[in-house]
Amino acid sequence: MPMTITEKILAAHSEKEVLSPGDLVQVKVDMALANDITAPIAIKVFGEIGRESVFHRDKVALVADHFVPNKDIASAEQVRIARDFARRHKITHYYEGGDVGIEHVLLPEKGLVLPGQVVIGADSHTCTYGGLGAFSTGVGSTDLGVIMATGEIWLKAPPTIRVNYEGRLNPFVGGKDLILHLIGMIGVEGALYSALEFGGAVIEAMPMYQRLTMANMAIEAGGKNGIVEPDEITKAFVKERGPEAEAGAVYYRSDPDAVYERVITVNVSDFGPQVAFPHSPANIRDISESGTVLLDQVFIGSCTNGSLEDLRDAASVLKGHRAARDIRLIVIPGSPRIYMEAIREGIIETFMEAGAVIGPPCCGPCLGGHMGILASGERALATTNRNFIGRMGHPESEVYLGNPFVAAASAVLGRIGAPGEL
Amino acid sequence: MLAEGRIWKFGDDIDTDLIIPARFLNVSEASALARNCFADLRPDFAASVRSGDILVAGNNFGCGSSREHAPLAIKAAGIAVIIARSFARIFYRNAFNIGLPLIESAEASEGLAEGEKSRVDLSAGTILRISDGARFTAKPVPDFMAGIIRAGGLVPYTIERIKAGS
Ligand code: SF4
Repeated sequence: MPMTITEKILAAHSEKEVLSPGDLVQVKVDMALANDITAPIAIKVFGEIGRESVFHRDKVALVADHFVPNKDIASAEQVRIARDFARRHKITHYYEGGDVGIEHVLLPEKGLVLPGQVVIGADSHTCTYGGLGAFSTGVGSTDLGVIMATGEIWLKAPPTIRVNYEGRLNPFVGGKDLILHLIGMIGVEGALYSALEFGGAVIEAMPMYQRLTMANMAIEAGGKNGIVEPDEITKAFVKERGPEAEAGAVYYRSDPDAVYERVITVNVSDFGPQVAFPHSPANIRDISESGTVLLDQVFIGSCTNGSLEDLRDAASVLKGHRAARDIRLIVIPGSPRIYMEAIREGIIETFMEAGAVIGPPCCGPCLGGHMGILASGERALATTNRNFIGRMGHPESEVYLGNPFVAAASAVLGRIGAPGEL
Repeated sequence: MLAEGRIWKFGDDIDTDLIIPARFLNVSEASALARNCFADLRPDFAASVRSGDILVAGNNFGCGSSREHAPLAIKAAGIAVIIARSFARIFYRNAFNIGLPLIESAEASEGLAEGEKSRVDLSAGTILRISDGARFTAKPVPDFMAGIIRAGGLVPYTIERIKAGS
């Protein structure tokens, strides 16, 4: 029976040889992930189950990235719960302090998540790793606690929506715009319970960092996972992660006659950079139709656009410019390695010359945690993934989502705008 | 399983940031989370919701983050069951995993109004408005999920599985 890549990966990790959408299966997990917000509850659940040790100490990653460096006493206590647990169970992949980056940037960078794997995380943007050709999805803390104890999870095999991107990309358009455009088309529950499989000539030519961005936002359309079939670009990415990563990767592709719930074709020639207006990632407008939106803050970072390449993209626009007087420009590299490399390449200098505040690798203001909270009535353009009411601060503040080029240009203009306007 | 209480009515796409804003996520005790449930959207909710009340919403309830704090806050606040036209995927898992039942019913999502007393029969998949006896039907809860609720949530369910296996 023909299968999609999602069905193949799930079947390979279950007792079934073939899988159809709707099948309920018990699935073996290759990597289980939690962060400082979700780990404490998962750890409590793990304790209630009563197992002596975690199912595999190399297959659990705990990343304290949301409220770090600890922003208050309560969050410090949360992190301590995770740290104590990591020590007690000798968890190999525990990250805090100077080792920490945003979980979904850090794990691919370190080669801890690989093509063909099942990765389950207590964070909704765990779907990011689909960019590598893995099956990855977000769950809650109870599911994660159970995985830490048993190494398994129950899953319903999702139907797959195939999205083919064709045509030629316009200037300053990339993965972020392609996924925003799609969410604008199908809505925030357009892919509810389904796998979103991205393909077509545009995706085949797309660099890995942008594939990760696209898979990252599958959840914003309600998707269970986003996925790109691995190819030479994937293999090159894995090769850079070293021989152990190469040995662990398995490259699945969808059968040509695989059955899809729906096939969508998007012609990328039709649009420029996309902006999501408040308060929904589906409230999409082309930048040319965004009107005059004055801003108070621009944030470049997050698991969606916090990669080195994203920073390069933003810096290429900012070089030689300064952020407008009334703009707080905040830049947060996604991982320590990215931060270091950005310093070496002079990108951080470009940002600082443009008047940016550089934050330590973490989620920062993305979820309204700390380091860039908005006051009532303030407006921010962010390279993040969510612009829900109150997402970055006061319930009467507004968040607009865009790509790093647009963020950089908007910082200089003091309003939402395109690099071409500089 | 029966639940009886007053209806709290919400709209479409109620996301997890609205259910429990991130600034309250620096703790994980359910009672503390309950105090801030819907803090920005319905500031009166936490203080006036009563044990056994029923939450009714539109499409895609619980979309957004994976924070289990969202269903935990709602459950600890006293809500016995949530009825919606549809639920976001992670919220759906989380709610059943912690023993908070959800039912999908377009009819009830449209037909029931704020404050109406209603009774929900989970196993039968029926919803009854007490004032006039109006009935609404729901999609039955899948067997597997009902099993998790019967066990008391995913944790007791898993403990049973581990015992059965060893
Ligand atoms: S960067 Fe934002 S979306 Fe990504 S994991 Fe952190 S809080 Fe979540």
